[in-house]
Amino acid sequence: MIPVTWYLVLSIILFCIGMYGFLTRRNVIIMFLCIELMLNAANLNFVAFSHYLTDMRGQVMTFFIIAVAAAEAAIGLGIVVALYRNRRTVYSDEINELRG
Amino acid sequence: MLSKFIFLYCALMIVTTGILAVRFRNPVHSVLAVLVLFFHMAGLYLLLNAEFLAAIQIIVYAGAILVLYLFVLFLVNIKEEIKTERFVANHNISKVIVFLVFMMLIPLLQTFHLGEPGKWTMDAIRQVTHTKALGMEIFTTYILPFEIIALILLVAVIGGILLARQEKQEGIMAQKESSGSLTKGGQK
Repeated sequence: MIPVTWYLVLSIILFCIGMYGFLTRRNVIIMFLCIELMLNAANLNFVAFSHYLTDMRGQVMTFFIIAVAAAEAAIGLGIVVALYRNRRTVYSDEINELRG
Repeated sequence: MLSKFIFLYCALMIVTTGILAVRFRNPVHSVLAVLVLFFHMAGLYLLLNAEFLAAIQIIVYAGAILVLYLFVLFLVNIKEEIKTERFVANHNISKVIVFLVFMMLIPLLQTFHLGEPGKWTMDAIRQVTHTKALGMEIFTTYILPFEIIALILLVAVIGGILLARQEKQEGIMAQKESSGSLTKGGQK
């Protein structure tokens, strides 16, 4: 049997990779992609707990998180499209004015 | 023993493709690396006896969300993207922050212990099949969150359409731009 801590370590590593990408990349689209990585780390934790506690609740939560991730992708990419239309850039460090 | 090998393979692939997705110069390559990552995540879900979630992972994440990302990536000029700098100017601070978070989270694992087991043992799930067991939980205990998530998706669809719509203000924008009141970002 695989110990549950293996899944937790993998989840921590994946979360840190996503956080690293979110903090360092300039491209807003890749930053959103890194948010998906972090959400996946949370999902992996939930499913691992659900399996090792013989309970269904974690998997229900994962189901909801996937739905929220889909909503977040639609809204976030809509914002990117609107941003590109107004400012002609997708780089986070070039968007440095509050005045639209 | 075999399950350990499968886990280690999936974990190795997830970490490698995750790092590659962050490091790749070409954003399309990044999205494809994340696609491979999602498939291996589905493999891990299968290892954890969550076959419905594995299917959802492939259909929704790999099939729908990543295709959406690829469509939006058409905004980026790939030829210029390959030449420009990938990372923000002071990304060494971010590296230190991420390393600190990692070093903080790893020792926390030692204080962790599992709680009370629930009623859905492996045999109970096998009797009613996994999808039905998940459906019974969602549509009885978690019916209110399910309705809320439906509302969130509806709001997201409407919001996405509103945000990405070609507005009539575009003409006004063009006038503003020509009169010079709208400064372009990044060209100063």
